[in-house]
Amino acid sequence: MIKEAERPLARVPLVLNKRNFSWLTERISGVVEQPAPRWWWVAFTITASVATFGLFCLGYQISTGVGTWGNNIPDGWAWDITNFVFWIGIGHAGTLISAILFLLRQKWRTSINRSAEAMTLFAVICAAIFPGVHVGRVWMAWYLAPLPNNYGIWPNFRSPLVWDVFAVSTYFTVSVLFWYTGLIPDLATLRDRATTKIRKFLFGIFACGWRGSNRNWRHYEMAYLLLAGLSTPLVLSVHSVVSFDFASSILPTWHTTIFPPYFVAGAIFGGFAMVLTLLIPARAMFKLHDIITPQHIDKMAKIILLTGSFVTYAYMMEFFVAWYSGNYYERFAFWNRVFGPYWWYWWVGMLFCNMLSPQLFWFRWCRRNIFVVYFVCMCVNAGMWFERFIIIVGGLHRDFLPSSWGMFIPTWVDIWTYIGTLGIFTSLFLLFVRFLPMIAMSEVKTAVPEADPHYATAPRIPSASSDGKERTR
Amino acid sequence: MKTPAGHKVYAMAAEYPSAAALYEAAKRVRDAGFRRWDVYSPFPIHGMDEAMGLGKSWLSGWVLFGGVSGLLTAALVEFGPSSFLYPLDVHGKPTNFFTVPAFFPIMFELTVLFGAFAAFFAMFGMNGLPRWYHPMFNWERFSRATNDGFFLAIEARDPRFTEADVRELLEKSGGQHITIVHED
Repeated sequence: MIKEAERPLARVPLVLNKRNFSWLTERISGVVEQPAPRWWWVAFTITASVATFGLFCLGYQISTGVGTWGNNIPDGWAWDITNFVFWIGIGHAGTLISAILFLLRQKWRTSINRSAEAMTLFAVICAAIFPGVHVGRVWMAWYLAPLPNNYGIWPNFRSPLVWDVFAVSTYFTVSVLFWYTGLIPDLATLRDRATTKIRKFLFGIFACGWRGSNRNWRHYEMAYLLLAGLSTPLVLSVHSVVSFDFASSILPTWHTTIFPPYFVAGAIFGGFAMVLTLLIPARAMFKLHDIITPQHIDKMAKIILLTGSFVTYAYMMEFFVAWYSGNYYERFAFWNRVFGPYWWYWWVGMLFCNMLSPQLFWFRWCRRNIFVVYFVCMCVNAGMWFERFIIIVGGLHRDFLPSSWGMFIPTWVDIWTYIGTLGIFTSLFLLFVRFLPMIAMSEVKTAVPEADPHYATAPRIPSASSDGKERTR
Repeated sequence: MKTPAGHKVYAMAAEYPSAAALYEAAKRVRDAGFRRWDVYSPFPIHGMDEAMGLGKSWLSGWVLFGGVSGLLTAALVEFGPSSFLYPLDVHGKPTNFFTVPAFFPIMFELTVLFGAFAAFFAMFGMNGLPRWYHPMFNWERFSRATNDGFFLAIEARDPRFTEADVRELLEKSGGQHITIVHED
């Protein structure tokens, strides 16, 4: 057997310290099987309380009216749509990791895809709350669906808002299917390890009798490949359609053709920052350093750098086009973005957080330093929220007529609904970590060298008497 | 076929020490001409389909069917109301088929949605899942098939199955813990 270092152009292994299959099973299942650590209860108590207060705010808003928010003409869209775009964007990293990196055969995705996909689902749940409640009369939301009704009225299928309903609901459904398909083999692992009857029963139900048969893996892999193939254009389409909500209007700063790619790049940018925000603590708390290695963090940092540079290019191109168009309103709107009443949102959020902070990732030292990575991720998380606010309220608050200019002032309901969704998101993630394997065991095992059918070539197969010593080494 | 204790025999099975060993063993079993047999591993092994003599999975056919039906559903759901039932005059644009680009996003989304549902349900259907009982679960070592165990089982209903020949084949291919798996 060739030693790792003797191999020409040796690659850094994706699973460190030559961990074997059963170590992986043990460590990842252990997170679910052992009693919850104390910090988990403390964290969950806090996030669940925040989530509960957020739900209270939603109930108050629904029962009282949209007037409890600060939205008012000209700022008809404000924090609600900002939060919607913010959350839906965060989801994109999960699908990128699970679908696009799968098609590109990036094996490092196997350590992070499960938790990133879970994060996608929770982010889309948080996102869906805002437009759902913003319609005002939530009980009429079913009008969004093309259902026959006794008024004989139908949705306008040429409206980007209707496209958005289809895009987001398709995105959520397909993400759930993809996530559950990936979970089945791991649920079977937990079923086979279960020590109590109730665990065996519940994991048994959801594992659907999976037994790792290759005749099953054959169809399973094809289904997984095709779900990845379907999700790839889907993830690109979702934020494109979200951007159509803006781009198809006539408002300066919204009415731009660069929006779809710009939004998609921004979504992946913000999403990867959130993946790292969640995984860096989770990795430390559950001692997963051999599975989520510095190499993984390094690669995610590079994607943040890449997409951050896309976003920077888009920001600069917007200014260029505003100047080049010669359109008075367009030029004013962009001047106003930088020097208007919301100037510091641009200087802090867009310039510092989104354009400058990820540039640190050109340096290997920064990508390898957890604290620098975490700092940049926090900047990007905040910066992407600011970006959406600048696009939405920044575009609205200076209307065409100066007589209708007006600032947006958030109310306590605005603020706590947003903080509440942060609570919902983190609570759901904490529950996920406790009850489901947060790393795709069956997938991460394929990234171990022993998974290669040619790892030990034919003559090296141990004879029947060696009794599995080869495996455990 | 029954054991001396009166159990019905499902298969003769063996455990292998590694993915590579299982891969080599599968090629031998394939070349010996068996039809009703299977290998079990905690993760899909690259190239195992060829080693078992299985072709491409035609699950993709179901996904094509799903995608096409999604596209047609979207066309029906959009043009039905917009062109016939409830034509809306928006921006003075016509309501006929020439405005089709505005209908593309929903056509695309439903194509993906139906295709994904097809992939999901075809995976279950073609694998015969959910199936909460299977004879292989009767073998206590088999619980490691979802952890770090590699197994191969040749079913008793295979026309070439004879206890002596199969045992010899499994032994020669490096199988360990060779055992008879009961049906019940």
